[in-house]
Amino acid sequence: MKANQINIANFRQTPVIDQVGVNERVARLNSRSIKKTSKMAALKLALSMIDLTTLEGMDTPGKVQQLCIKAKHLNHGISDLPHVAAVCVYPSLVKIAKKELNGTSINVASVVTGFPSGQTNFKTRLEEVRYAICEGADEVDMVISRGKFLSGDFQLVFDEIAQTKEECEDIHLKVILETSELSTLDNIRRASEIAMKAGADFIKTSTGKTKCGATQPISLVMLEAIKDFYQKTNKKIGMKPAGGISDSKTAIRYLVMVKEILGNEWLTPTLFRFGASSLANDLLMQITKQQSGAYQSADYFSKD
Amino acid sequence: MTNQTDFITGYSPAPESTNLIEIKERYPLFIKGKFLEPQSGRYFSTINPATEKKLSEVAVANQTDVDFAVKSARNAYKNVWSKMPPKERSKYIYRIARVLQERGREFAVIESMDGGKPIRESRDIDIPLAVAHFFYYAGWADKLEYAFPGRKANGLGVAGQIIPWNFPLLMAAWKIAPALACGNTIVLKPAETTPLTAMKLAELLQDIDLPPGVVNIITGAGDTGIKIVDHPDINKIAFTGSTDVGKIIQKSLAGTQKKYTLELGGKAAHIIFDDAAINQAVEGIINGIFFNQGHVCCAGSRLYVQEGVAEEVISKLKDRMETLIIGDPLDKNTDIGAINSKMQLKKIMEITQSGEDEGGVLFQSKCTTPKSGYWFKPTLISNVAQSSRVVQEEIFGPVLAVQTFRTVDEVIEKANNTPYGLSGGVWTDKGAKIFKITKQIQAGILWANTFNKFDPTSPFGGFKESGMGREGGIHGLYPYVELS
Repeated sequence: MKANQINIANFRQTPVIDQVGVNERVARLNSRSIKKTSKMAALKLALSMIDLTTLEGMDTPGKVQQLCIKAKHLNHGISDLPHVAAVCVYPSLVKIAKKELNGTSINVASVVTGFPSGQTNFKTRLEEVRYAICEGADEVDMVISRGKFLSGDFQLVFDEIAQTKEECEDIHLKVILETSELSTLDNIRRASEIAMKAGADFIKTSTGKTKCGATQPISLVMLEAIKDFYQKTNKKIGMKPAGGISDSKTAIRYLVMVKEILGNEWLTPTLFRFGASSLANDLLMQITKQQSGAYQSADYFSKD
Repeated sequence: MTNQTDFITGYSPAPESTNLIEIKERYPLFIKGKFLEPQSGRYFSTINPATEKKLSEVAVANQTDVDFAVKSARNAYKNVWSKMPPKERSKYIYRIARVLQERGREFAVIESMDGGKPIRESRDIDIPLAVAHFFYYAGWADKLEYAFPGRKANGLGVAGQIIPWNFPLLMAAWKIAPALACGNTIVLKPAETTPLTAMKLAELLQDIDLPPGVVNIITGAGDTGIKIVDHPDINKIAFTGSTDVGKIIQKSLAGTQKKYTLELGGKAAHIIFDDAAINQAVEGIINGIFFNQGHVCCAGSRLYVQEGVAEEVISKLKDRMETLIIGDPLDKNTDIGAINSKMQLKKIMEITQSGEDEGGVLFQSKCTTPKSGYWFKPTLISNVAQSSRVVQEEIFGPVLAVQTFRTVDEVIEKANNTPYGLSGGVWTDKGAKIFKITKQIQAGILWANTFNKFDPTSPFGGFKESGMGREGGIHGLYPYVELS
């Protein structure tokens, strides 16, 4: 296919994925040993890529406020720390977060389109996107219609994403595939292509609301989809694994995947994010350990 | 490389520690359970190909030394090993496996220092597989009547085993484990560029109290090897190495009673169909040719890509080659280590140059190689044909020759159009196609949607000039038994 032809009817023929090969590639990437100065750089980089997230029914303005304070003041003991990329909340709490983060370069991201299941009519979902943007969201994280996808209605999934993107205009759109519900790597590849062709700025693995969040094999398939898309269209799509990434070792493994699959250009918060909440403190602990040579008690790191 | 590498510019050095290992200044011959000075009185150096620095020296075994080694193996066979109940033999082999596993780190480090292969491979592949072979054949030792139902299996006597430099310890394990399991005693000669892990294995055999003379390890160059092959009191020769030497051995064995197995060269066809999982296939091609610097007899060195996806596959291959890390074999992040010897480097350079001279288009990754030591950048040659030297000859280095094909019949014909027949690989999403193609390719080992996978339960060996006999699995027992 030439670069200027985009054939949207082709979703049944997306590239096939060999699961055994994917697992082997991940294992090989995981054998990279990141030490010393490169470890320190990776830890700080990971910190700068976090979307600090709270997505609970019981979230209150107070809770979101505290999360935003945490986003601004990660730790007083360590100098030279980056700040996180964004705070991610439900639409009704966007205004609170926006106010709290005023004057910083930390973005406010909002989940939209009937997160996490997306099981409501499309009009309502679009309405929610408009609402979140009106409240001040800098980025929106939408979910795709997994039911429609699994029933084979790829065109509808494409159209919904494309319309959502239209609504967003230049607001950053992250498309959550909810990979745990797509069942096969072939499906994950297909959903990634649909999202990218429909205008996603980022593709994101998970809502964090199902039993399985991001995994490395799934992320590898999505990263390869991004690379293939870039080679065909010259458009750089971002990636956001979310759910279950809570320790520094795993975070560094993700960064190694991004570096070796997509290259250094993707090692920036504008093209790679972690959807996580407890990861930040583990990174801070590891950074302190790298600096002082000893692990500190978890009580030295604020929990918000 | 600076120590201030941040994550973006590269990974900080992560060298495996050499504190745990001990390499003696010199290793005499291991005969009759003891380290004995060679009658030749001579020693030669073994160097680290990544630094060109001397690691140690090993003895040169002359005719008297070979005679003594064979004699001690014969005595051990007659008086001890053939009389020992099989379940006791089995215990010794299990013991080798367990102790080798315990000392895995030490063996891995020495293997990488002496041979130049990356520690990632010696640690994750060579040593664990060697251990697995000992465990596997230890299990067979007292169960031979199940391997050969209704027949009686006896050992042959003394086995002479000559092993190559590409997988030094692993090849020793492939040879020693089945020979011992079947009740034979051994005279083994490691390759002259990589003798150290075999000598460490000799120390290990002493530590586990293997009866003296059951395994004798002697060192030397091709001369010593020929003396083993020609020795009248040897019952079986097992050789892994080049097809040229294999032919000489076969000639000299003609007309004798000796049994033999030969595991020789290869020029495997690696076939990528347009319906394959392309990203995984690219990774398979990389593993197929750049594993162990391409010093692999079953390396996927002839790539055949179906025309419709050729451009995509080659562009992805080049991309992936740029991410391979070449350098210090002891660094845990190294993908490609040093070329095993100066001689091998010369050979690789010579054939690669011929590829260019014949009109091939060369692509090499942009990596920099260390100043001292023997290095060759990962290389891809396109615009070649069946008639090109780089397609016909085994290069035994990190050099991939790429051709395209159009139809199934064409690719089968091209795949078989070689004097070799050791291995091959096919990538397609269609199960039926896998069976149809692999049935028609004349090669001993065929992989589908993967490459370079080894397991002790699986037989390994070649068709045509890639050798005769099988090693591994139940098949690997046959060459070491007399059935009655």
